[in-house]
Amino acid sequence: MGTAPASRDVTSYGMGLAAPLALFFLVFFVAPLLQLLWLSLHNDTAALHWGLGQYIHFLTDPFSLGVLGSTLLLGAEVTAVCLVLGFPIAWLYQRVGPRLQTIIILIVLLPLLTSVVVRTFAWIVILGRQGIINATLQSLGIIDTPLKLLYTQFGVVIALAQVQMPLMTLPLITALGRIDPNLDDASCSLGAGSWRTFFRIVLPLSLPGVIAGCTLTYAAAITAFITQSLVGGGQMLFMPMYLYQQASTLQNWPFASAISIIFLLAVLAVVSVFTTLGRLSRGFGGE
Amino acid sequence: MVEAQGGRSLVVDAITHRYPSGALAVENINLDIKGGEIIALLGPSGCGKTTLLRIIAGFIAQSQGRIIIGDDIVDALPPNKRAVGIVFQNYALFPHLSISENVSYGLAARGIDKVTRQREAQRLLELVQLPAMAERLPRQLSGGQQQRVALARALAIKPSILLLDEPFAALDKNLRLDMQIEVKRLQRVSGITTLIVTHDQEEALSMADRVAVLSHGKLEQFGSPSDVYDRPQTLFVNTFVGSTNRMPGVVVAADRAEAKVRLDAGAEIIARPAGGALSEGGRVTVCIRPEHLQFVADETGFAGVVGMSLPLGATVVHEVTTADGSGVKISQARIGETRALENGAAVRLAPLAPSLANAFPATL
Ligand SMILES: Nc1ncnc2c1ncn2[C@@H]1O[C@H](COP(=O)(O)OP(=O)(O)OP(=O)(O)O)[C@@H](O)[C@H]1O
Ligand SMILES: [Mg+2]
Repeated sequence: MGTAPASRDVTSYGMGLAAPLALFFLVFFVAPLLQLLWLSLHNDTAALHWGLGQYIHFLTDPFSLGVLGSTLLLGAEVTAVCLVLGFPIAWLYQRVGPRLQTIIILIVLLPLLTSVVVRTFAWIVILGRQGIINATLQSLGIIDTPLKLLYTQFGVVIALAQVQMPLMTLPLITALGRIDPNLDDASCSLGAGSWRTFFRIVLPLSLPGVIAGCTLTYAAAITAFITQSLVGGGQMLFMPMYLYQQASTLQNWPFASAISIIFLLAVLAVVSVFTTLGRLSRGFGGE
Repeated sequence: MVEAQGGRSLVVDAITHRYPSGALAVENINLDIKGGEIIALLGPSGCGKTTLLRIIAGFIAQSQGRIIIGDDIVDALPPNKRAVGIVFQNYALFPHLSISENVSYGLAARGIDKVTRQREAQRLLELVQLPAMAERLPRQLSGGQQQRVALARALAIKPSILLLDEPFAALDKNLRLDMQIEVKRLQRVSGITTLIVTHDQEEALSMADRVAVLSHGKLEQFGSPSDVYDRPQTLFVNTFVGSTNRMPGVVVAADRAEAKVRLDAGAEIIARPAGGALSEGGRVTVCIRPEHLQFVADETGFAGVVGMSLPLGATVVHEVTTADGSGVKISQARIGETRALENGAAVRLAPLAPSLANAFPATL
């Protein structure tokens, strides 16, 4: 056993020890956020007149609302693709030998080890008019004219899904690893088939991982400036690029601030839907 | 699908299993179990008990041999079609389902309607004496209560065979005794053929109609508790079940029923050839349990010097050092005032009866 101070309950330490971190957050996170809010509450670019004009503008402008909608939809699509592809990978990981596990982990982590820019350019090479997919399909005689893959919603979703996949797979692997393998056997010995076991036991018990994975993937997908812009090209506009244009090109800082705040609230709303679903799903067991 | 009903017979026919890693876990196991029997699978850690249980339940496909339940060879059936109930060592209750849902899980899988399920779950919870716990989650119950729920859950599907893997290992001593009695009572009521895996010999001897002793994946003996305890067929069974003194010696004369053995400790005694016929002049190990030794006043038996005496409540155990320097334990019932034995007193010891000294060919 340690000395008296070492065995003290962590909660009994003075909050003062957290002061440096708190200060850091105050200066570099809370203050800019408040400044953003302050800025967004002005009607003119010079930020001289108070008012809700920027918000009214955004919320009554079909174009702006369209950008917000398509961004949130993009996040949902990427999350869905990651979940559908990531779950089997995580499930497989828990059922293979240690050597295959190492290989799977390596494949899952690989995207994190290369720069986003490099990965995104790789997707441009793959999806382009003369890209790998089109070249292969054409040489096999399956298509005559190249398919339009790049600069489409489909292209952006696929590229983003690959880029964000680890954020989904890793929490799922952890969650599935926590499930006692005997539960599978118990369910089976009680007469349940594989599907019932999956939907009644494995899925509900892995929900914390599903929710963590979805939240991370979603947040990362909708804010992924580089991949969205490069694979989406000029035709597709999402919130990060919209914001960038307003702030940097048009120098309309109050409107850009308002976009940020609205985007932030929209993301928070979606994330809290995820968490609420998670909490409700505690009752998932009850038929 | 195997028809679920109490008391079906179970035949383990020449089962051998080798894991993909190459480990030979069980080898040529034969068990012929009658409907309604309680069988204990007894053996030290790693001897293949769990493997055998999982083969019977259908979680592992054996390398060789057959499993026959009732009149059906079930080798081709997956676990969910075998109607075998299993209670896992760690209970394996579904943590996100209420106790009542846990118990009725198997009924739901059979498509039984909700009202019937709830009624049945309540009946089973009453059977295991937990009627008030239906709405709780497993983590809100104590270990012993979780154990009862696991039992109720396994019984709910009216299995034809009930398998229990070290069911009482995690319970403290008093609770373990309660649960042993409870399981035996439930087994008697339902008449379900039951297989209990354990490495606790007392548990095996007290609960089972017959005991199968395993060692290193092989069946050493399959018989009634008194067979296993009093008439062990191998040296392993004799030493693993109960405690025993192992005394080396040489066979002087032997026939089928009796062998005269000269012990290295310096006496000739009559012993039972337990592991088959013995050859004259061969070296043997004679096993005599401490409670089967007695102090003798005449010149029979072997001589020794009393060392430590341990009063263990109802019995007193004396440690005696024999002429060849090995230690022998003798336990005596404490009847009234037992004769006080001084440290260093010279005594002579002999088995109570020739049939209680078991001679096995010595393994080198
Ligand atoms: N999945 C496996 N792969 C390879 N070998 C295994 C596997 N499971 C068990 N074994 C080996 O098979 C042998 C029997 O194991 P088993 O689990 O059946 O023993 P046990 O009698 O149940 O032991 P315990 O009392 O410790 O539970 C052991 O030597 C073990 O190392
Ligand atoms: Mg075991």
